[in-house]
Amino acid sequence: MIRFVLARVLQSLVTLAILSVVVFILARATGDPLHLILPMSATPEDYAEARRYLGLDRPYVEQYFSFVGKAVRGDFGTSLRARKPVIELIRERLPNSLKLAVFAMGVSLAMAFPLGVMAAVKKGTGIDRAAQVIAVLGQSLPTFWLAIILVEFVSGRLQWLPAAGNDAGLVSYILPGFTLGWFVVAGMMRLLRSSMLEVLDSDYVKLARVKGVAERRVVWLHALKNALIPVITFAGIYFAILVTTAIVVETVFAWPGLGRLAYEGISSRDFPVIQAVVLTTAALVAAVSLCVDCLYAVIDPRIRHAR
Amino acid sequence: MAAEPAGGAALAVPDVEPRPVRARRSQRLPLFSLGVLGAFVVVALLAPLLGLSNPQEQSLRKRFRPPVWEERGTWEHPLGTDRLGRDMLSRIIWGARVSLAAGVVTVLLASAFGAAVGLVAGYYGGRVDIALMRFTDATMSFPVILLALILAVTVGPSFTNVVVAIAVILWARYARVIRAQVLTLMQLDFIAQSRIAGAGGWRIITRHLFPNTLNTLVVLVTLQIGYVIIVEASLSFLGAGIPPPTPAWGSMISEGREYVTSAWWASFFPGLAILLVVLAFNLIGDWLRDTLDPKLRQL
Repeated sequence: MIRFVLARVLQSLVTLAILSVVVFILARATGDPLHLILPMSATPEDYAEARRYLGLDRPYVEQYFSFVGKAVRGDFGTSLRARKPVIELIRERLPNSLKLAVFAMGVSLAMAFPLGVMAAVKKGTGIDRAAQVIAVLGQSLPTFWLAIILVEFVSGRLQWLPAAGNDAGLVSYILPGFTLGWFVVAGMMRLLRSSMLEVLDSDYVKLARVKGVAERRVVWLHALKNALIPVITFAGIYFAILVTTAIVVETVFAWPGLGRLAYEGISSRDFPVIQAVVLTTAALVAAVSLCVDCLYAVIDPRIRHAR
Repeated sequence: MAAEPAGGAALAVPDVEPRPVRARRSQRLPLFSLGVLGAFVVVALLAPLLGLSNPQEQSLRKRFRPPVWEERGTWEHPLGTDRLGRDMLSRIIWGARVSLAAGVVTVLLASAFGAAVGLVAGYYGGRVDIALMRFTDATMSFPVILLALILAVTVGPSFTNVVVAIAVILWARYARVIRAQVLTLMQLDFIAQSRIAGAGGWRIITRHLFPNTLNTLVVLVTLQIGYVIIVEASLSFLGAGIPPPTPAWGSMISEGREYVTSAWWASFFPGLAILLVVLAFNLIGDWLRDTLDPKLRQL
């Protein structure tokens, strides 16, 4: 087990290393940041001076390693726009994004579970078809459009829920969380349905039925436990999709999270912020998928021994 | 029916006949989706010949005309006009060209590259496989929208940049799925036999492995076009996609957003268009998956 975890940790680190190179190259390819920092009247000497001061005249390899070294310690430089350390901005915004992501994950689980299980149990009936429709609809609705419509009707005309920000406590999570969560329901629900169908057909479920276990217990306890395994493996991917979609949702709902920070950073060409957001997001996704894989290995011993 | 003994088959025919019919019913052609998609494709292709008003022609006197069925609506602008007095119907039809083209081109690029990586990784295995899969995983954990936003800021927003930004990330999905399938295929006898017959790596990949992954590829392509259309629209919505004044559904929603209370149609109809097209692609993809390859439930 320890070997498996170590190998998997190493794998995530390699992934992050490749990503940091890509981010580093992209940030350098985006034009000279000095054009933004220095005033219009700056002379070539000023440029040379600033370049030396910021270490931009050193070889790229050296710059890269100093960038990684600092990033590991949480030093992402100073935001060009907010004029404060980027790490402070991240610390401010990250919890908001995480809370929204957890809430959205909760929404999608709350939708996908009953839908997936009911669709499998009542396979081929109207319930099955209705569940599929709800799932496909969530996947096909452009999240930002859904967000605008919800804001207009639920917050604007009906005045039921707040339209923007996260100041109103739990109720302010409902609209963005629902918008974000619905998008991933389809994948989850389908996976649960097909693995549920497989499990319901297995011998141990038949045995439980023969023994006289109540049908409800068979479905929700005996079968669901094993049907969940494939769903768990995909949880990491769902989380990555959620994080990406969050950029759009946070922008529409004026949610003070990482996604909006990225959008603001990009519209004002704030490179340190962009680098930090991309790396934080990637590290987050990598960490979640690492946990998921380890959890998977605990639940299903076959995985550990396969490697 | 397959279990029926050969002798009894003729006798049993009347009894077993209804069964396959019912089995086929759940996989009947998605006529609604094909119709919707066909309509959008035809209208988008023929857009210049339809005698529509110019999608970029502005007229401030005609700002925010409502759709024809509302009070003050006219047949001149069946779906109303936007904040610059441009005809909504015409803009949505021209926008279909942008969305469909972006979806198809991006997915074709991504699938070609991804399938190549998956085939090579799966066939050669070992270090090649490990290196390629690490690269694939790294790509997968990169948020598509962030990359596209960075590109838009640095190189400027354009159709090409949107396509490139999405394709650069999207290929990883194909590489993973195709590799997994190649690994299963490699266990089969016909690959070993063609090796014994003296076939080289290139020949095995192109003649034996690739054709056997085509079904998967077709399903994945159909399902992903819808996703790409949504991503492209999201980018245009954020101002990092197709730049104005080219009509793109995402930027139309964004422009109409501020006026949603007084002129709901300006952002409603482009969104509805996205929903219909993406829904059609998803339903057709689902149908293809069930028909071509029922084992692919997880895609």
